[in-house]
Amino acid sequence: MRVFMALAMSITLGTGLANAQQPVDTEKELEKYRQMMSDPMSNPGFLNVDRGEVLWSQKRGSKNASLEGCDLGEGPGKLEGAFAKLPRFFGDTGKVMDLEQRLAHCMETQQGLDMADIIRRRFGAPGRTSDMEDLVAFIANKSSGMKYSVPLSHPKEKEAFAIGQELFFRRSDFMDFSCATCHAEEGKRIRLQGLPQLNKAGKDAQATMGSWPTYRVSQSQTRTMQHRLWDCYRQMRSPEPVYLSEGLTALTLYLVKQAEGGEIQVPSIKR
Amino acid sequence: MKKLSISVFALAGAFIIGPTQAQDTPKVDAKRLEEVAKAMWPKTPEGWEKRISYDETQAICSQYRNDLPQAEFDKVKARELATIKLPADGNVLGDWKAGQRFANDGRGGTFTDRPMTNGANCYACHQMDRFELSYGTLGPSLVNYGKDRKYAPEEAKAAYAKIYNSMAVMPCSTMPRFGYHGFLTEQQMKDLTAFLFDPESPVNK
Repeated sequence: MRVFMALAMSITLGTGLANAQQPVDTEKELEKYRQMMSDPMSNPGFLNVDRGEVLWSQKRGSKNASLEGCDLGEGPGKLEGAFAKLPRFFGDTGKVMDLEQRLAHCMETQQGLDMADIIRRRFGAPGRTSDMEDLVAFIANKSSGMKYSVPLSHPKEKEAFAIGQELFFRRSDFMDFSCATCHAEEGKRIRLQGLPQLNKAGKDAQATMGSWPTYRVSQSQTRTMQHRLWDCYRQMRSPEPVYLSEGLTALTLYLVKQAEGGEIQVPSIKR
Repeated sequence: MKKLSISVFALAGAFIIGPTQAQDTPKVDAKRLEEVAKAMWPKTPEGWEKRISYDETQAICSQYRNDLPQAEFDKVKARELATIKLPADGNVLGDWKAGQRFANDGRGGTFTDRPMTNGANCYACHQMDRFELSYGTLGPSLVNYGKDRKYAPEEAKAAYAKIYNSMAVMPCSTMPRFGYHGFLTEQQMKDLTAFLFDPESPVNK
């Protein structure tokens, strides 16, 4: 008991001293906060997962069909591990598609949903849920604990990767920015916000891509990669990129490839 | 605003871009890439005509991943230098306090912003006032910028020119060409130059 008390004292004192001597490491504090919040019982992103699960099996649209016949690459209705291999080539459309493009395709062709409404609600807002954000959270969560592994074998997948890479470095518009302006060097930051290096394969890309979709505390919404890229271009002072456009999927494929081998833990929670 | 001319398109289409790519990396030609970009931004938002560009300099910097061969470097530098317009009266120093405000302001210019005076957002990338701790590291520290240059008038003019068009100094610089694109007004650039060069500015304290 006495030993325990002494140990407890020294730990307490030690911590106190360390705090007094060093500035608080903001990133470490944030990490603690993230760990606290990543508990499925307290991460609001799991509400999207639950809603997405309902939407997946609900019969809807003019064809009164569910999404259970939707092939996300692993076969109709197969969800486990599907997200980890997206974007990929789909023979029925002849296109490389990310999860959101593929879901839109199934909603339109199999369910006959009003796509204008789906796209209007592509990003959730207070009082307006997004079917896309809910479904992406649900489906991506089925790849949690798995590793990214895009096939990149079809010529169109190879082309999409190359386009994504070129777009990553493509400087344009009002500010001469490209993705590479902020994400092509190690250990840089904007103001106090750390910037992941995404032009090479490795831990930054793995940590970044492995944690999308994510619940954004600052926006009180669960966001997808389509939204992340939309917001990047917004901050770059570019015009609004078209939702589900080929270029966004190409960029996503480029980023997922850099994150290959990285573990997926989603929905995560971020600032 | 320069628009990418047809001849540049033809030139860009003539070679396969991406000289720094590894041997086994798949490649894509410039024409195909521009088709994809066009589909990402199919129409120019109203009032944005002057903001949308993919000019010769942007194209060559993208192509070479900002690492230009000497001949291209010299060409870009000369072309960008020719765009710089110094204030007509030759005075590049405005109000450093206004400059301080713009340096700290990151609002304006996004597709969700209402029309407003754009902030210069210098602190996003540069350290300036040493007591402002929230600064980025994409650009070099500017602490003591004017003091280190002995407040020399020709150095102040060079700083104004660099804010106006960074690529006239360093082709393919990460820094936006604030004056060239009209993102900042002449008065804002003068105020920012004063923020760097006034002995009373916290940058030099």
